[in-house]
Amino acid sequence: MHLKRSLALATVAAALLVACGDDTSASDDPPSSGEREAASGPEAIVSLSPTATEMLFAIGAGDQVVAVDDQSDHPDDVPTTDLSGYEPNVEAIATYEPDLVVASDLPEDITAGLEALDIEVLSIATATTLDDTYAQLADLGAATGHEEEAEELAATMRSDIDELVATVPDRDVAPTYYHELDPTLYTATSDTFIGEIYSLAGLENVADPADPDGSLGGYPQIAPEFLADADPDYVFLADGECCGEDADTFAARPGFADLTAVAEEHIVLLDEDVASRWGPRVVELLETIIDATAPA
Amino acid sequence: MAAVATVPEVRTARLRAPWLIAGVAALLAAAVAGLVVGPVAVAPTDVLGELAGLDAGLSTTQLNIVREIRLPRVVLGMLVGATLSVSGAGYQGVFRNPLADPYLLGAAAGAGLGVTMVIVQTAGNATTPVAAPVAAFVGALAAVALTYVLGAAGSGRTSTSSLILAGVAVASFLTALQTYVQQRNLDTVRLVYSWILGRMTTAGWHEVRLLLPYALVTFAVLLSQRRALDVLAVADDEATTLGLDARRSRLLVVAAASLGTAAAVSVSGLIAFVGIIVPHTVRLVAGSSHRVVLPLSMLFGGAFMVVADLLARTIAAPAEIPIGVVTAFFGAPFFVLVLRTSRRGMTT
Repeated sequence: MHLKRSLALATVAAALLVACGDDTSASDDPPSSGEREAASGPEAIVSLSPTATEMLFAIGAGDQVVAVDDQSDHPDDVPTTDLSGYEPNVEAIATYEPDLVVASDLPEDITAGLEALDIEVLSIATATTLDDTYAQLADLGAATGHEEEAEELAATMRSDIDELVATVPDRDVAPTYYHELDPTLYTATSDTFIGEIYSLAGLENVADPADPDGSLGGYPQIAPEFLADADPDYVFLADGECCGEDADTFAARPGFADLTAVAEEHIVLLDEDVASRWGPRVVELLETIIDATAPA
Repeated sequence: MAAVATVPEVRTARLRAPWLIAGVAALLAAAVAGLVVGPVAVAPTDVLGELAGLDAGLSTTQLNIVREIRLPRVVLGMLVGATLSVSGAGYQGVFRNPLADPYLLGAAAGAGLGVTMVIVQTAGNATTPVAAPVAAFVGALAAVALTYVLGAAGSGRTSTSSLILAGVAVASFLTALQTYVQQRNLDTVRLVYSWILGRMTTAGWHEVRLLLPYALVTFAVLLSQRRALDVLAVADDEATTLGLDARRSRLLVVAAASLGTAAAVSVSGLIAFVGIIVPHTVRLVAGSSHRVVLPLSMLFGGAFMVVADLLARTIAAPAEIPIGVVTAFFGAPFFVLVLRTSRRGMTT
């Protein structure tokens, strides 16, 4: 069934390409500002990374994207397919006849396989800082013929973030937080992309002692009694959709009923996608965090 | 059953008091260590005073840590360790095979597949914790049955090597299936991982209540079959002469061991090595009669798991390390040491 669907999609994609070739005004959609410049860029982009997909559409390269992986779901009208970014398959990707493939942390043999087919590969590796995000936007802009929009987007993100950070109140003692990745207490330290966002919001991470030298990549699993003892002011749950966690299930866990964050109802359920991607929506994430931690 | 106890071929050692006392002492010592040591410093005297019912003046946080986090974790460690060890001893007895354990027979892989299917279907709603142990049991039992059938089909009689080879094949096959189901459902993959890798870290009284009934049934059935297993160790024919229903005993032991394994796996995740290391160590040092091996495996298995869990949460504190890493890292070399230093022991 999946195979049929991919074939059908491929056929549709091919038909659309032909249609575009015949008559450039065939599309009913209002032309995006980037349409003309796109002429010099790639005509068929495949994205295997949800973050890259969000970036591509945000810089106006969406019209050039013919297929995105099964995890890409934003913005709403992305051409989602069965392609997997976790277990990529050269043949399946080639079916879409792309001239550019954008992916995060693609295995080397897949990259080599694609390049052997004369398909350009651009890596959008998992970012560890906001600067990585800006650099990736610039790379994508250059690769797709949307340099200006990419530059504008990065500039807008910077100024939006600066404005948000300016609203963070001065505090004598920074409130503490715990960011949960899954119910077995995997978390992220300050030394990660998400950790940088919390730092911008003026918060202090309780999990930092669990990975002081970064040997765990900034993603340690912490002991429940350590969390109970650290007693963070705020708890951010990024495992509501995957694992059914919320403020009630958190409070019901062994030994957590008397935590400050539980008593003061400072448990924030995050959008998992927004909290795990490093694209343009990171501004939304920062806003959510700053709003949630604003003094009442 | 009375006739069974007089079979001459069985190495007759019954459970001697010193070993029983040593087992209980090991379990108690492990429990006390598990309660007083942890990433958060709480004075050991205060912890023990609190547990003794005195008002030791612990803060609310410390009380929660001792009562709601450490105590259930210690109890769960005991139950999981005892269940996996005694199940391993049961499998080894029934298949007359020193290498039979929940992993090599495919039981754990079957349980893992069962749990994965349940999570994919229920997506972590309220039915998951209830349905998971049942699905794990069905998976474990089906896997062991498949291993047994395949192992017997290969050689006519179930020999040691054909059974283990069949078990390895079944385990690989079921693990492949489990991986496939997991990868086809990426939206639940993190939940599946947290079940498969185990939730000992975040376990509380809820998990203890979930596992306890299954563990008690497993203990009761396996211990009740300890004499039967000694007879089965000799030969089926002999057992029949002695009036023992060999088929029924085998079935009971396999079902109970699979039930125990499945319930443990659905709470603690896949923890290898325990089911093979603990019974063997007991056999090497205390004697090979099932009247010795089964109860001592329970006691020392429980103690071993509590200590392993203690190490898992203190070595890299305040970070946790997976308990399976601890059991393998410390269990395997320890086992080799026991094997080398013991006198010839079992020749199988």
